[in-house]
Amino acid sequence: MIVIAAVLVAVMLAAAIAAFIFRDLLSAVIASCVVSLIASILFFFLQAPDVAMAEASIGAALVTAVFVIAIRRTNRYEE
Amino acid sequence: MRAAVGIILLAIVAVGIGLALVEVPFGAPKTEVGGYYLEHGREQTGAANAVTSVVVGYRAFDTLGEVTVLFVAALGLGAVVAASGAKGRRRNVEPASLVLRSGARLLFPLIILFGVYVFAHGHLTPGGGFQGGAVIASAFLLLYLGDRDRRISKVRRTAAESLSGVAFVIIGLLGLTVGGHYLLNFIPKGALNTLFSAGIIPLIYVAVGLKVGAELTGVIDDLVKETA
Repeated sequence: MIVIAAVLVAVMLAAAIAAFIFRDLLSAVIASCVVSLIASILFFFLQAPDVAMAEASIGAALVTAVFVIAIRRTNRYEE
Repeated sequence: MRAAVGIILLAIVAVGIGLALVEVPFGAPKTEVGGYYLEHGREQTGAANAVTSVVVGYRAFDTLGEVTVLFVAALGLGAVVAASGAKGRRRNVEPASLVLRSGARLLFPLIILFGVYVFAHGHLTPGGGFQGGAVIASAFLLLYLGDRDRRISKVRRTAAESLSGVAFVIIGLLGLTVGGHYLLNFIPKGALNTLFSAGIIPLIYVAVGLKVGAELTGVIDDLVKETA
């Protein structure tokens, strides 16, 4: 269990750093979506399934959609 | 220069927070009210889920405030989108692939069912109105992704949103009429751990679930309409 959590945290950190580094904003949004998704799994491990549900549906699905729509309106690449 | 100032200010804030929190033992209970809720929540509110007994039982008025905040935010977004004016401007939208289209059609009813289950069982199992509503909104997002021309009826969406919001307030006012306290749990609590238990809590959570679902769907709908 602790090994799985450690791997997830490592992937989450990598995704967070990637979201910061990427110049392609669409990739950055997907990376931050991965952060939310892993956060939701970790909430489940911490025995907070209700928070996990909110994080998965709002953080991973709806916020990502809002960002993707915003990128479609503006520029895809950071200058 | 600006970056350096920013980093210095951030360091000052971090040191301040660190100094303030270093004395507090991690995870130790700091208040007595949490223990009280865990001990008496079940028999006082009739909800088997301790989180719900706080959110819709002891702190139901705060939940009404939260619902209002979400409503104002969605309203503000709708106003901004309507004022920015670029309505009806359609680019050539590529139709969704067969896999996405059939997947969306197949999954949509199941996700809706799950969302309704989550908010209807908010007093028994983890989750509640906010989670269920968000799940429902993500189902509508999938529907939009699978069929680019699909639009849900705005009349029905706003009707569901306003009626459920009014229902929350009216349930509270009924408590005021019957027992003299706003949002008083005036319905008999019934047997613990059954679907029809906990008095007004399931009714409020159904209203909150419908309202949050309709509102977040409206947010997605406004944005998609604006950019399509």
